[in-house]
Amino acid sequence: MLTVLYALLYYVATAVFIVGIAYRVWGYWKTPAPAVIPTTPAPVTRTGVVWRMFKEVALFESLWKSNKWIWIFAMMFHLSLWLIIIRHLRYFIEPVPTIIVLAQPFGKYAGFFFVLGALGLFARRILVARVRYISNPSDYLMLLMFLGIGITGLGMSFVMKADIVGVKNFFLGLMTFNWQPLPSDLGVLLHLALVALFMIIFPFSKLVHAPGVFFSPTRNMVDNPREKFHPVPWLPSIDTVEYDEPHGKK
Amino acid sequence: MAEEEKVIEELTTEEALTDPLFVPEPVEGAAAHIKSFPAAPEFQEKLGYPGERPENWKEVALNKMQDLRGKFRSFRLFLDICVKCGACTDKCHYYMGTADPKNMPVARQDLLRSVYRRYFTLPGKWFPSLVGARDLTEEVLDEWYTYYFQCSECRRCSVYCPYGIDTAEITMAAREILDSVGIGMKYTNEIIGKVYDVGNNLGLQAPALKATMEDLEEEIEEDTGVKVRIPVDEPADILLVPPSADFFAEPHIDGLIGYAKVFHAAGVKWTISTYASEAANFAMFIGSYENMRRVSQRIRREAIRLGVKRIIIGECGHAWRAAYQFLNTLAGPFDFLDPNYPVPQHICEFTWDLIQKGKLKFDKSQNDHLKLTFHDSCNVARASRMGDYPGGQFDIPRNIIKAVCNHYYEMPEDTIKEATLCCGGGGGLLTDDLMELRKKGGSPRMKALKQVTEEYGVNKMAAICAICKTQFSKIMPYNGYAMDDIMSVHQLVSNAIILPGSEQEAELAEAQAGGESEKEDA
Ligand code: SF4
Ligand code: SF4
Ligand code: SF4
Repeated sequence: MLTVLYALLYYVATAVFIVGIAYRVWGYWKTPAPAVIPTTPAPVTRTGVVWRMFKEVALFESLWKSNKWIWIFAMMFHLSLWLIIIRHLRYFIEPVPTIIVLAQPFGKYAGFFFVLGALGLFARRILVARVRYISNPSDYLMLLMFLGIGITGLGMSFVMKADIVGVKNFFLGLMTFNWQPLPSDLGVLLHLALVALFMIIFPFSKLVHAPGVFFSPTRNMVDNPREKFHPVPWLPSIDTVEYDEPHGKK
Repeated sequence: MAEEEKVIEELTTEEALTDPLFVPEPVEGAAAHIKSFPAAPEFQEKLGYPGERPENWKEVALNKMQDLRGKFRSFRLFLDICVKCGACTDKCHYYMGTADPKNMPVARQDLLRSVYRRYFTLPGKWFPSLVGARDLTEEVLDEWYTYYFQCSECRRCSVYCPYGIDTAEITMAAREILDSVGIGMKYTNEIIGKVYDVGNNLGLQAPALKATMEDLEEEIEEDTGVKVRIPVDEPADILLVPPSADFFAEPHIDGLIGYAKVFHAAGVKWTISTYASEAANFAMFIGSYENMRRVSQRIRREAIRLGVKRIIIGECGHAWRAAYQFLNTLAGPFDFLDPNYPVPQHICEFTWDLIQKGKLKFDKSQNDHLKLTFHDSCNVARASRMGDYPGGQFDIPRNIIKAVCNHYYEMPEDTIKEATLCCGGGGGLLTDDLMELRKKGGSPRMKALKQVTEEYGVNKMAAICAICKTQFSKIMPYNGYAMDDIMSVHQLVSNAIILPGSEQEAELAEAQAGGESEKEDA
């Protein structure tokens, strides 16, 4: 029964996640950025923009300039998230590639930093009046969701070892449409439910910042409005415009 | 009132009065009373907007939002991807100056985002209170009008946001939505109307403009003994488009004299135009590309009519943004101009080029009584470039100043260049109805200036923005400076330049000869 429920949940979550993100990205892709508006000083070449974007997504350059506390917590959070995701690939691939085996110990302990980062961000939300002012219930809940995912995950790794072989079989089964029973530990069920929730809300929430940042016109545009002609797609050609009469000659 | 007391308490501590980047605790509603006058119906209509709020205003506003969502990726993306990290919350000079939390960039965006979420996103439709979504009501419109006219579109927030979210883009969109339901701001919209009617923000008619330029020519001749021309509406190689404040206001006009002297020394054929007598483009402030184009295409028409090869823009911050980022895009292509020069070019690029080639002669000692600093105008700093490398917009004006002045000092590093603090009067807020906001928004910059005054004895600040200059000449007297402690960069050039055949040249030669003979004597 639980197996069926979770199997369906994961099919739905995956579909929503993929289709939702694709839909979002498609929307950004097709919406014009009608003028060249990078925040300057901005690179004057494509390569320069790639470097700027790299510094932005890998090192959080702007955030570093802005606020060291948020930077530290955000770095902790996102870096460990990557390690954790890489480590989790082992549940979907058989045999497990060496690189993922090597990442295993890092991924495992990254869980602590993940939780710590999320706690730091949560604390800022509550303690700094300015940030409290701009926070909606969803902002707190999302952090709680991540904390839940992190804590249940850590629990399974370090406190009550879960039947991860069973979990792996369940997911491999899902992927080959040959369903296998899901171990019914409370930890596993909670962890998986929260992850599915994460996948479902991802495309509808601020979490789209992850693919979205690559589309940000103030960061991804080459600073060349003088060198290159960028017509506004929805304005008629300049040859068709009517000019205001000079004053006094009406 | 309790609120007022709280604000006063927050903003008058020793630290608050001296630290340029002081961040107060939020005091709700602290700036809610600061409001500009709305535009009269006839001025709205002139720009293609309804004169009054239509019956079905809500539908119109939401349709406009839908429209903008399809036309501007910035609008759509920025409303979606803000994670409410709070990194921008302490970066706006209006928040620093007023302590009103709605002046924090992300909170300013949220005024609109909350409505956008309600009508354009699933979570907002299903669980409004969870995601901070709200209905569009008259109160919301009113709040938009208040706080979207407390943003100077300076882009400081966008530098610090991890996704580059530029609140100025949201402000422009919000103003466009307000205009679409007949709610406009008097100062900005009347000015745009004046450009359509007369050709410039000041409403200066062609004959008056010509007469003023003749007076200026005489003035220069009296000063230098050289006949420097300021050609108006003449066929030429260079069309100079200055902000119209340069024709009239102080210290702007001294900058214009500086341009004229530089052109004279360079020996180029140049002209200003009465039809395109305005570099400023206030339509940018209200986010209307249609109106922005209508203003900027005047420059195109004159460039063609006068047969020029180059277009040069005078000292103005937002005008340089409008020219640099938008002129080609909206009124281009300019393939009929000389491809050896960028279109458009900044007057500072022109002057610096001449200085580098050694074509201008200066007597720097003419500026020796001045101890200068430079205010980076935000639109130049964060929305444009000069020269051919990123950051040229910081170096070129400084290079010019250093070439003509001996005493130059920099304000604190975190208040200049890309981190520059707005003057407090940009974005269409340069009106007396917003004086309180202007003083408060300008206070971070004033505090930074006071630091270099105390440390190095700086007594003048130079700028290359017409709005900055006007704004500073208004607010500096409240901060212990004189009105004329704000100067044009080309005013400094004008002071120091030695025109061939001028009295200054003769004096200098004499002084040098005297100096040499003194040496010989000794
Ligand atoms: S810095 Fe950017 S993402 Fe963070 S709250 Fe401000 S606008 Fe939102
Ligand atoms: S653009 Fe400037 S004035 Fe507007 S919110 Fe950002 S920092 Fe404040
Ligand atoms: S007036 Fe000057 S400082 Fe103020 S917004 Fe414009 S460019 Fe920036």
